[in-house]
Amino acid sequence: MIRKLRSLIIPGVDKNLLVKDATKLMPDLSRRRFIASGASFGALTLLTGCDVSDSLSAENLLTHMSKFNDMVQARIFNPNTLAPTYSEKDIKRPFPFNAFYAEDDAPNVDGKEWKLEVSGLVQDKRSWTLDELHKLPEVSQITRHICVEGWSAIGSWQGTPLRDFLKLVGADTNARWVHFRCAEDYTSSLDMPTAMHAQTQMTFKFDNQLLPRAYGFPMKIRVPTKLGFKNPKYVVAMEVTNDYKGGYWEDQGYNDFSGS
Amino acid sequence: MSSITAAGDRAATKVTNTKVIQPAWVRVVHWINAVAIVLMIMSGWQIYNASPLFNFTFSSSITLGGWLGGGIMWHLAAMWLLVINGLVYLTLGMVTGRFRKKLLPISAKGVLDDTKAALTGKLSHADLSTYNQVQRLLYTGIIVVGILIVLSGLAIWKPVQLQYLTALFGGYDTARYVHFFMMAAIVGFLVIHVALALIVPKSLRAMIIGR
Repeated sequence: MIRKLRSLIIPGVDKNLLVKDATKLMPDLSRRRFIASGASFGALTLLTGCDVSDSLSAENLLTHMSKFNDMVQARIFNPNTLAPTYSEKDIKRPFPFNAFYAEDDAPNVDGKEWKLEVSGLVQDKRSWTLDELHKLPEVSQITRHICVEGWSAIGSWQGTPLRDFLKLVGADTNARWVHFRCAEDYTSSLDMPTAMHAQTQMTFKFDNQLLPRAYGFPMKIRVPTKLGFKNPKYVVAMEVTNDYKGGYWEDQGYNDFSGS
Repeated sequence: MSSITAAGDRAATKVTNTKVIQPAWVRVVHWINAVAIVLMIMSGWQIYNASPLFNFTFSSSITLGGWLGGGIMWHLAAMWLLVINGLVYLTLGMVTGRFRKKLLPISAKGVLDDTKAALTGKLSHADLSTYNQVQRLLYTGIIVVGILIVLSGLAIWKPVQLQYLTALFGGYDTARYVHFFMMAAIVGFLVIHVALALIVPKSLRAMIIGR
C-alpha cells in the first residue's frame, strides 16, 4: 500500500531507491546536506526527469485527471455566456508581447505573399488572401486576455467572427475540432463549441490598427473564453477535423480545454 | 477502525480518559485534507512562480510539479480531493452537530482570557474533547478561509463562466490576491497548528487513533 502510494507521488520511481542512488552519486558533504534537508518533492520531481513509464505513475494519474477536467470544463462551458467586455480606458498600453520566444524572433510575415490555407471538413477549400479576409464584416471586442501564467491584460481586437467564416466556407460544424497552424509552426486546437462562440474572432486589428507583428500579423485567433496560449498568432492554416491534433503547449501538458 | 471506536465507546462508560475525542470520520477527513492542502499549496507555489504577485518566488525545492504545466496538473487534480473532502467535512460537521457543539459559543472575552492563559502556561489541556476559545476561533476562522480560498480559486479558474463570482471578488486580478492571501492564512494557521499539536502530543494522538 505504502509502496503504491509512493509510486503515485513520484512517477515510476521508488523513493527509497531514488534517494539511495542520488546520495551515492554525491560527495560526502552535500550528501549529508541532502539528507538533512530531506528529499523534497520539488527536488525529486526534477531528479525523475527521465521518466520510467509505469501505468500507475503520478504522471499517468495526472494526465487522466487533466482529461477528466477537460470533460468537466466542456460541460461547464455555456455557449451563450459572453466574456465580460470593458471600455477603452481599461485597455493595457502597451499590451504585453508573450510567446515561447523573444519578440525579436517573432515571425515576420509578408502580408502580400501570405494566404490562409483552409482544409479538412469544409466544402470550400480554397486559400484566402489577406485582402479578401479584410473585406469580411468587422466586429470589435475589448476583453481580458488571461495567460496560463496567471497575469492578465485587457486588449481591443477587431476582426470577423470565426463562426461566420466557418459557415462561409461550409465547414462541418458537427466536427469536433478546429486546428490552427502558425508561421513559426506553433499549433493549437479549439473545440467546436468554442470555435462557434460569438466572441471567437479571426482577428486582423489590435486597438483599431492593423495587427502589428508582435500581436500576430497577419491573423490571430482571439478566444476570450480560453487562456492566452489557445489564442494562436501568425495563423497560416485552419483545419476542421474530428481527429484530435493537440498543440504546441497542449502536447507538453497544459490542460487542453483551458477554458476561462 | 470502527471496531476500535466501538470498543472505545464501551470503555468510555467505565474509564473517562479513554473516551473517543475525535470520531473516525473527523480523523479520516482531517488527514485527507492534510494531504490535499499540502499538494495544493506546493503546486500553487509552482503556479505563482510563473507570474509572481510580489517581489519573490518560492524555491523550487518546496514547489510541486517541476514546471508551470506540472504545477497546474497537480493543482487541478488535488482540487477535487480538497473540495469533495471539504464538502463531506462541512456536511457532516453540520449534520452531526459537531460545529455547534465544538466551535460555539465564541466570545471576544473568552478568546482574550484563553490567549492570556495560554501565554502564561496556565491553559489546561486536561480535557481535549472541549476546544478552548482560541481553538474555536482558529478552527472557525480556518473554515471560512477554506471556503474563501476555494471560491477565489474558482473565480480565477472560470472568470468567464463564473464571472459573477469573479466580480464578487473584485475582478480577476483581485481574486488572485485574495487567493494568495488565503493561502498565506492557511500557511500561518499550519505553523501554529502543527507547533501546538507537537507541544500537546496527546492531541496529535487523538487525531490519529481517536483517543
